[in-house]
Amino acid sequence: MTDQTVGEPRHQTLSVLVENKAGVLARIVNLFSRRAYNIYSLAVAPTDDERFSRLTVVVDVESAPLEQIVKQLHKLINVVKIVEHDPRHSVERELLIATVKVAVADRHQVAELTRIFEGRILAVSHDALTVSLEGHPSKVDDFEELLRPFGIAELQRTGRVALAQLDREPPRLHAVSPVRGKAG
Amino acid sequence: MQLNGGQALIKALEMEGVEVIFGLPGGAILPVYDPIIDSPIRHVLVRHEQGAGHMAEGYAHATGKPGVAMVTSGPGATNIVTPLADAYMDSVPMVCITGQVGTASIGTDAFQEADITGITQSVTKHNYLVTEAADIPRVIREAFHIATTGRPGPVLVDIPKDIVDPTNPRSAMEWYWPTDAEVIAGLPGYRPTTTGHPRKIKEAAELILASERPVIYAGGGILKARAAEALRELAELLDLPVVTTLMARGAFPDDHPLSLGMPGMHGNYTAIMSMQESDLLIALGSRFDDRVTGKVPAFAPHAKIIHVDIDPAELGKVRRPDVPIVGDCNQVILELVKALRSLLDGGAAPADITPWRSTLSGWQETYPLAYEPPAEGDLLKPQMVLEALRDSAPEDCIVASGVGQHQMWASQYWNFRHPYTWINSGGLGTMGFSVPAAIGAKVGRPDRMVWAIDGDGCFQMTAQELVTAAAERIPVKIAILNNAYLGMVRQWQEMFYEERYSEVYLSPDLPDYVKWAEAMGCVAFRVEHPDDIQPTIDKANAIDDRPVVIEFRTDASEKVFPMVAAGHSNSDVQVPPFQRPAGDTSEEVVQ
Ligand SMILES: Cc1ncc(C[n+]2csc(CCOP(=O)(O)OP(=O)(O)O)c2C)c(N)n1
Ligand SMILES: [Mg+2]
Repeated sequence: MTDQTVGEPRHQTLSVLVENKAGVLARIVNLFSRRAYNIYSLAVAPTDDERFSRLTVVVDVESAPLEQIVKQLHKLINVVKIVEHDPRHSVERELLIATVKVAVADRHQVAELTRIFEGRILAVSHDALTVSLEGHPSKVDDFEELLRPFGIAELQRTGRVALAQLDREPPRLHAVSPVRGKAG
Repeated sequence: MQLNGGQALIKALEMEGVEVIFGLPGGAILPVYDPIIDSPIRHVLVRHEQGAGHMAEGYAHATGKPGVAMVTSGPGATNIVTPLADAYMDSVPMVCITGQVGTASIGTDAFQEADITGITQSVTKHNYLVTEAADIPRVIREAFHIATTGRPGPVLVDIPKDIVDPTNPRSAMEWYWPTDAEVIAGLPGYRPTTTGHPRKIKEAAELILASERPVIYAGGGILKARAAEALRELAELLDLPVVTTLMARGAFPDDHPLSLGMPGMHGNYTAIMSMQESDLLIALGSRFDDRVTGKVPAFAPHAKIIHVDIDPAELGKVRRPDVPIVGDCNQVILELVKALRSLLDGGAAPADITPWRSTLSGWQETYPLAYEPPAEGDLLKPQMVLEALRDSAPEDCIVASGVGQHQMWASQYWNFRHPYTWINSGGLGTMGFSVPAAIGAKVGRPDRMVWAIDGDGCFQMTAQELVTAAAERIPVKIAILNNAYLGMVRQWQEMFYEERYSEVYLSPDLPDYVKWAEAMGCVAFRVEHPDDIQPTIDKANAIDDRPVVIEFRTDASEKVFPMVAAGHSNSDVQVPPFQRPAGDTSEEVVQ
């Protein structure tokens, strides 16, 4: 996660299915560090299958070619599957929560902004508001930018998660399979 | 069957067919050392854990079987990090067992605790911290499976004391031995591809037939895949010239008419230039290492590339191949030969490569490997020592080398005729490799003569293992090319730092190598005069019951040529001064 000096780095989102074993996250992070690949964001969570966890990594493909990053990740024994998300064909979401210091008089402006973005107000005090927004990372970026002039006391983003977009092709008809295998 | 974890560990090693463990005990691994007394597995007690690691590597290089090392926690484990990194770089199959503090103490900075799985993550193919005694057999099976399949490499297994200590209830376990299917099912993320893609193989075959200046660029993967025979079949089918990298020496016989020898920074002129001028490089188990390619954009500029490797990450890492093939070298080469045969049978005619072969033999005649003989009274030339050692040794003699000038001369001047006769540290370039690697090789191949070619600098790093060799009656032979310098570094300072010699002088007689070797239980000789070279080698070769050391006093001013200066194009290769055309005053390229 180094500074971006020139231009906008090109980012690519990888969904990495890993075995749910001790130290796996460290292996992934260590690989990025040792091969001088940059991670832009990283989110980890268990999947519906308890044997596996899914990492969503946004990588900086200017630090290294995506192909090398994917191939090196695959060499880790605990990495089971990697899906490269083309931003045009994937659903990406991120969550932001932020506490904004605002005088009571200006509070309605923040509330209004949050409403426009379809975010939520989570807590209110005399001089502050805590708001949340879930949405596409670029929408979250915009919200953050517009929130900033009010004075952000604390802000936390989750890093993005992604899944492949469902294809719009009509479902194919399959022949009904015969007996599913015998019991025992 | 009820066992404790320590017994299960040793039994698992027996089940894996382990014949020998190189190691040194300590507190955390103590319980595992107890059942060794009752095991048929031989244990070689080293004098430093680095020695155990390099011995395991030497054993693996020589036999093709995984080498096994076992050490205690903390300092024992950190001492073996260098060999693990070495084995990782050179894809050597190796399993390293380390003791660890008890599970309850992990993370408390307990006595002799080191986070060895954390430390070695980036220098092992995989590693394990085992937390339950019941997991031991499965983890050992997985470790051997991972170390020996796909691209081979080192696997470390860290074993906390409580799960192997019979006095601790946590060590109790019910013995079982997982089946192959269970091992594979237990590693859902590990499925090495071994068979090449048929369409790619056909494309490769077509490129080969069309090439007018083909070169086979054979790397260490040939040896790992045990593909030397297949390589020869491929080369001979179409008379394809072959270069063998530092890691592949012996994979193709040096005395074969198609052999061009070693390419790279200190390769011979013909091997280097053949790649530069080639129109097709057939890269087999090689990885376009910077020591081979020189400046990458200037490397083999006219060549298309066929790249075969079992590690997909190598394809396109340095140079984008025209035909990438992921697979086991042996299988892919055999398929390639088949594809070529069927194209030939179908009437395809290979391009005429006779002009290419005559260009190559022209270079070989003009720029053979050569050196100037010493003037009367001068110190020995290292090359003449190597020629004498080579000519006195049986052709299947195994040669292990240290790192430095002596390594390059050994690779250049030895005549490798068989696979698995050359053992060196190529990727990591680990000084001190040769003595323990030679010992490991001799343990694995007691029927073979084993020579270590070492430098004076290297020898001082791991010489203590000669005590191990003497105590265990492992009769290796060591030739120290004593030039009184860290010679390779001296050469760079001479050529690129205006002869400003900074911290490279070692002294010819401190230590006294003969006395030192004798103190370690070896027979030792010193050779200073050319006339003594042969008789002394003959004496050494006749000794077969204990280690022998010969110290050769060699000329420090001798440099390794040819040389491609780091970062330069291979086309700027410098031959030795006496081979440069008259009037060529171009002195060494400055970096
Ligand atoms: C452990 C280690 N430290 C430092 C180096 C850097 N290095 C490469 S060659 C060399 C000199 C080796 O000296 P010697 O063993 O006498 O061999 P020579 O070059 O003189 O034949 C050194 C210091 C290295 N390769 N490995
Ligand atoms: Mg030296």
